[in-house]
Amino acid sequence: MSIAAAFFAVLAATVAWWLSRQRLMSKPWLEEGPPVDLPGAGASSPSAARLGLWMFLAVVGSLFSLLLSAYSMGLGTHGMGGAAVQPLPVPKILWFNTGVLALSSAALEWARLSARRGALDGMRLGLLAAAVSAFAFLQGQLLAWQQLRAVGYFLATDQASAFFYLVTGVHGLHVLGGLTAMAGAVARMRRGAGLEQMRLSVGLCATYWHFLLVVWLLFFSMLLLS
Amino acid sequence: MADASVGGMDAAPIGGAHDAELYHPRSWVTKYVFSQDAKVIAIQYSVTALTIGLVALVLSWLMRLQLAFPGCFDFITAESYYQYITMHGMSMVVYVLTALFLGGFGNYLIPLMVGARDMVFPYANMLSYWIYLLAVIVLAATFFVPGGPTGAGWTLYPPQAIMSGTPGRDWGIVLMLVSLMLFIAGFTMGGLNYVVTVLQGRARGMTLMRLPLTVWGILTATVMALLAFPALFVGAVMMLFDRLLGTSFFMPAIVEAGTHLRHGGGSPILWQHLFWFFGHPEVYIVALPAFGIVSDLISTHARKNIFGYRMMVWAIVVIGALSFAVWGHHMYVSGMNPTFGFFFATTTLIIAVPTAIKVYNWVLTLWRGDIHLTVPMLFALGFIVTFVNGGLTGLFLGNVVVDVPLSGTMFVVAHFHMVMGVAPILVVFGGIYHWYPKVTGRMTNDVLGKLHFWVTFLGAYAIFFPMHYLGLMGVPRRYYELGEMAFVPPSAATLNVFITVAALVVGVAQLVFVFNLVWSLFRGTPAGGNPWRATTLEWQTPQTPPAHGNWGGSLPVVYRWAYDYSVPGADQDFLPQNQPPAARTVPA
Ligand code: HEM
Ligand SMILES: [Cu+2]
Repeated sequence: MSIAAAFFAVLAATVAWWLSRQRLMSKPWLEEGPPVDLPGAGASSPSAARLGLWMFLAVVGSLFSLLLSAYSMGLGTHGMGGAAVQPLPVPKILWFNTGVLALSSAALEWARLSARRGALDGMRLGLLAAAVSAFAFLQGQLLAWQQLRAVGYFLATDQASAFFYLVTGVHGLHVLGGLTAMAGAVARMRRGAGLEQMRLSVGLCATYWHFLLVVWLLFFSMLLLS
Repeated sequence: MADASVGGMDAAPIGGAHDAELYHPRSWVTKYVFSQDAKVIAIQYSVTALTIGLVALVLSWLMRLQLAFPGCFDFITAESYYQYITMHGMSMVVYVLTALFLGGFGNYLIPLMVGARDMVFPYANMLSYWIYLLAVIVLAATFFVPGGPTGAGWTLYPPQAIMSGTPGRDWGIVLMLVSLMLFIAGFTMGGLNYVVTVLQGRARGMTLMRLPLTVWGILTATVMALLAFPALFVGAVMMLFDRLLGTSFFMPAIVEAGTHLRHGGGSPILWQHLFWFFGHPEVYIVALPAFGIVSDLISTHARKNIFGYRMMVWAIVVIGALSFAVWGHHMYVSGMNPTFGFFFATTTLIIAVPTAIKVYNWVLTLWRGDIHLTVPMLFALGFIVTFVNGGLTGLFLGNVVVDVPLSGTMFVVAHFHMVMGVAPILVVFGGIYHWYPKVTGRMTNDVLGKLHFWVTFLGAYAIFFPMHYLGLMGVPRRYYELGEMAFVPPSAATLNVFITVAALVVGVAQLVFVFNLVWSLFRGTPAGGNPWRATTLEWQTPQTPPAHGNWGGSLPVVYRWAYDYSVPGADQDFLPQNQPPAARTVPA
């Protein structure tokens, strides 16, 4: 429960902070007047796409925080049948996967910075490295599944293994979704999208990647601590 | 979310920014079928939701017939009774009310009320509707699969939901879960649109504190839905795994018909937590848009500014936030730790404070107003009465000691129908009568509208008021028939007949409504652009119904809040939001 509670507390704090800057104390019935008279009118706005992504991350964050809370609660019950849950043997390859995913995130960050500087070659290289390492991550996760199956931990074996397959599966699907979005961005670049547009797309991808890395690190550490 | 603050108070782009991006349909199909225009999508959402609503209504008839005349209808077996209950409850809550308020009213009103040309992501918006339609089709398909729809109750509690004693365990439950997941995916696409459009698409001068309360209600409800639906999604995925892949997320070691199931080690309570983490906010997801719409209806039809606008906004936000911390009041009987019971009872009662503030403010808005008893106003008044009624019984049920004996009785059925069944539906009707002239350019028939109101309003009381009494007597809910129960007097059977007759009458009255909508489309008196003389932007469009792009050549500029009714010294008793301060005449 604590993960979901923490997530929603952070969210609530963000919303409260944001709302506190929206002049909620103003008295609109007295403020008749043209918009220019109002402070902040016409200020530059962040792009709708970026706001959309952050909202989407809030949704996906809610999903993962609940999933991870369910994980800790599901393990906490120790089975209604009484038998304590055996912790899962953590496949060594997960360390490698963690590294690769971090690499992927770093590569995208590099691509984002390159795009900001207008260095298109650097951006392309960053995107390529990020895609390759993300695929390596997914491949590594599949290998981890295989290794677990080899030592007798199947999806339905017990709570710990069921949650492992479920969480890694959902997380992997999100990585796959990110790769699709990245492919879309690359396709747009091929068709000659402007630098401004590429900056935006690469920036969005990078944010999403960092988010997925954080989710993975959280789950991985829970796995190690269980 | 953090980025939203960059724009400071007013993140509205300077007028015309959207013109370049506005999508233009090229053919009949892209204009009316696969349309990316929020107004068309709104109508698609509404018609689909009302259709499935009629199905859910017929199901309630069948249940009522069985309860009044047990054993008289061969085709209503105990199994099918549970299937009706489940499909009725789930359809009404998720596929009808949520879809109507957010997909229907949200799509139509948000861009118009904030002064935008359309939603910011029109393509995702279109996709949202088609995925919703698919979800509805999958839901309806469960009536035709072997074994029929699931009979697990709308709460779908495991382990029984996926065990062989429960109807529809083979296909019904699987399709139900798939349909819910589709609904959530579709809704997320729409919901992101609604939020970003309100935050980024506002016309110049439309500060947050100048938004009509309808937009505040829909915005807050959308944010809540975006955050709460993932809980149901997670639960649905896990239950699908349990049902299809043999995992035991929710399944304890269990014996079925003498044999040990392969399941074991899971926690049924986990589902209850996930379900109600979604389920309670869901109540407010349908209530907050209703709150907002009612505020605007009352203000417009009483020709008075809304009382306590700021407090109304704060209350909406506070209710939205608090409602994530009360889900446990649905689980008092699950055997949870008494300390948690105390916690959830406290939070539940605290929510009553901002809710009561809203009710006071509605009443104070009406106080000495110039009340026009139009059809929308009648429905708004009906809402206030009904909501107060259902809210008060909610205060009873929020207390653990009162809830424990009453949960599982008809008292609970009476409570939630009042507060989240009848009350929001009355607002849906009021809203449709109110905005129909804008959507179609014609007024609905007044006599038929009033007939519809009085039969529905009085009828709903005839149906649900006596249920409180039945519940206090101990008549259980979700019972196919009462059989021999020493504590239930025979008069309960008479009361059940009365309720059923009322339900049939109310159901038929809805045909009057449908007829009115269709008839007025062709024969209604032309409405003009602003028949209610309302201030909000949607009534100030150059064309009625609003054309593609909503605003013709230039976007509106907003000079005032949404409630300038009966302003002293003004020529008219209302000042549209886009009317500049100097000139006190209404633009033609
Ligand atoms: C004329 C209108 C309606 C009638 C006559 C009606 C009647 C009923 C009846 C007879 C039951 C089953 C009671 C039982 O045996 O436990 C029921 C359950 C339910 N109804 Fe309605 N209903 C109506 C409208 C609505 C609306 C508008 C909603 C929207 C929120 C709604 C939501 C529910 C829910 C959530 C359940 C519980 C299902 C369950 O126990 O799993 N109903 N209704
Ligand atoms: Cu609740």
